[in-house]
Amino acid sequence: MTTTAPARDADREAAPTGRATRVLRRPEVGAAVAALAVLVFFTVVAEQFLTPSGVGTWLNSASRFGIMAVAVAMLMIGGEFDLSAGAMTGATGLLVGVTTTGYGLNVWVAVLLALVVALAIGALNGFLVMRTGLPSFIVTLGTFFVLQGIDLALVKLVYGQVAVQGFSDVPFFDSVRPFFGGVIKVGGASISVSVLWFLAVTAVATLVLLRTRAGNWVFAVGGAQASARATGVPVARTKIGLFMTTAGAGWLVGMISLFQSSTVQSSTGVGDEFIYIICAVVGGCLLTGGYGSAIGAALGALIYGMTRQGVVYAGWDSNWLYAFLGVMLLAAVLVNNWVRQRAERLR
Amino acid sequence: MRITRSAGVLAVAGVLALAGCSGTGQEDSSGEGSAAATDLDIAVITHGAPGDSFWDVVRSGADQAATDLGVTVDYNSDPDPTRQAELIDNAVSQGVDGIVVSMANPDGLRDSVEAAVAAGIPVITINSGQQQSAEFGAITHVGQDETTAGEAVGNRLNEEGQTGKVLCVIHEAGNVGLEDRCSAVAATYGGTVENLQVDGTDTAQVQDTVLSKLQSDPSVSVVLALQGQVAVAAVSATADAGSSAEVDTFDISKDVTDAISAGDITFAVDQQPYLQGYLPVSFLQLYASNGNVVGGGQPVNSGPAFVTSDNVDDVARYAANGTR
Repeated sequence: MTTTAPARDADREAAPTGRATRVLRRPEVGAAVAALAVLVFFTVVAEQFLTPSGVGTWLNSASRFGIMAVAVAMLMIGGEFDLSAGAMTGATGLLVGVTTTGYGLNVWVAVLLALVVALAIGALNGFLVMRTGLPSFIVTLGTFFVLQGIDLALVKLVYGQVAVQGFSDVPFFDSVRPFFGGVIKVGGASISVSVLWFLAVTAVATLVLLRTRAGNWVFAVGGAQASARATGVPVARTKIGLFMTTAGAGWLVGMISLFQSSTVQSSTGVGDEFIYIICAVVGGCLLTGGYGSAIGAALGALIYGMTRQGVVYAGWDSNWLYAFLGVMLLAAVLVNNWVRQRAERLR
Repeated sequence: MRITRSAGVLAVAGVLALAGCSGTGQEDSSGEGSAAATDLDIAVITHGAPGDSFWDVVRSGADQAATDLGVTVDYNSDPDPTRQAELIDNAVSQGVDGIVVSMANPDGLRDSVEAAVAAGIPVITINSGQQQSAEFGAITHVGQDETTAGEAVGNRLNEEGQTGKVLCVIHEAGNVGLEDRCSAVAATYGGTVENLQVDGTDTAQVQDTVLSKLQSDPSVSVVLALQGQVAVAAVSATADAGSSAEVDTFDISKDVTDAISAGDITFAVDQQPYLQGYLPVSFLQLYASNGNVVGGGQPVNSGPAFVTSDNVDDVARYAANGTR
């Protein structure tokens, strides 16, 4: 995270920092500590939690949130929000489900069509935000409602019902399924392909953020947009690219959901957009932009997935799940804050 | 459940403090002592949204059966089919002794239910998914056939002499069973039936949406809710709109029986959710202890039963306890 914010470079030259401090100052440290704590906790209280099949279940659960959380984290580092991210997963899934089962479109074509549509919506989000100067919170809230409405109304209109049925019978379903909904047997565990996507997306996002010029631009536009523009960073291009990345990730998760369960319904993904933001924040992203990490967001999603399934493994009353998640969120953010402040003081 | 207690003690400090709260539930403590006797773990996994009153009654039924029979019941739910499937996978990897599952979206649960069956875990489906139940390998289904119930409502409205438009209020996007009910009503009802989509988790919103509809369409003479909370909201909306439309509903609660007593709701179709929680747990216990399969695997009907001003007083007493 040496390139976290350009402003810090000067400080570091003035006072060279130790290795431990540099590690502590990474945004994902708090999340890593919290993830480890959650893992140990559930391993102790639920005997099946750390068995191969147990790990497979919570990894699968975390992966669908994690792919989105990583993309949303990049967007948040760039200083923007995307509230349409959750509805996007349902919209892309429905697009494929409806066009294939309703109109006999080839499933490969439908999957690619959905990607194009998702990227177009992402670009539109970015364009509207940059062009109007409105907060992305408002613009994407609008997109979210539009998508939610289309998910319900259009699907009902052309299809007569609100859930896709019979998707597993469409031709070539089996040829696409391994890419999104496949399952790999490793020892006693069934690891979903979505877990591999999760790892890949996290790795690529981390590389881009820390090792490329585009990554520097992302931190720059989120940290100080005006000075970024003044120093020649293509602000609009960077942000529109980030919105398209989030939409693309929404497409990926939409396809994973669709091919894992061979169904999708109008309500799919609605409400999940906040979970993505929560995972990113637990992972060390600042709501104000300019700071955060992809690995942190991935860890945030891991915490979320482990907790969600861990509560079930432990046999606790599921009525408490959301209260529990809320406390965990606050605690993780407090830990992050504390770690960061200590690191700043150590400097 | 045995683990929960020690977890509660561990969790008092720090981040995970809330976890302990589940250890104080009454059902837990009564189930705990006798669980050791038969040692059956049954996972009840529904598509109910958190806080839905209907599923709370199903859960009460399952919890009561657990207490009565000395088995352990773990209740979990998620309206999203992918996540509900995950809960089933979770139960399978825990090695539970039986699974009770509601299949609002059968396609989405097929793989997980079949995997559970393949792992040798007896599965009973409840509420929705009657058609796919046997095909997926469940030993039986407990529920109310949506078509039968919907047709009964259509007939009843004809008998009442209704001819105007029926507004069928759908509160869960994606639940095929609700759509089926409305189309079954339309199949037997003499007049027209129009569906109205609302968000069932937000009662205030439901009331506003129904109100707007009533204000904009005076031809509505019957508001048919498909769930108790929605019916109560519909009663308020009808009053606010100054409409003379009658309100009828599927499913009952204390509020619904009060409204029937007061004459605000004409009738309620009770599918007896308590049975959908109680019966499958007791069926699984019988299956495990004695190899019984009720009705040779034929679906077991938990409803429909009509609740009107004639029999509402009896039902009201039970509804107040949260068991009807």
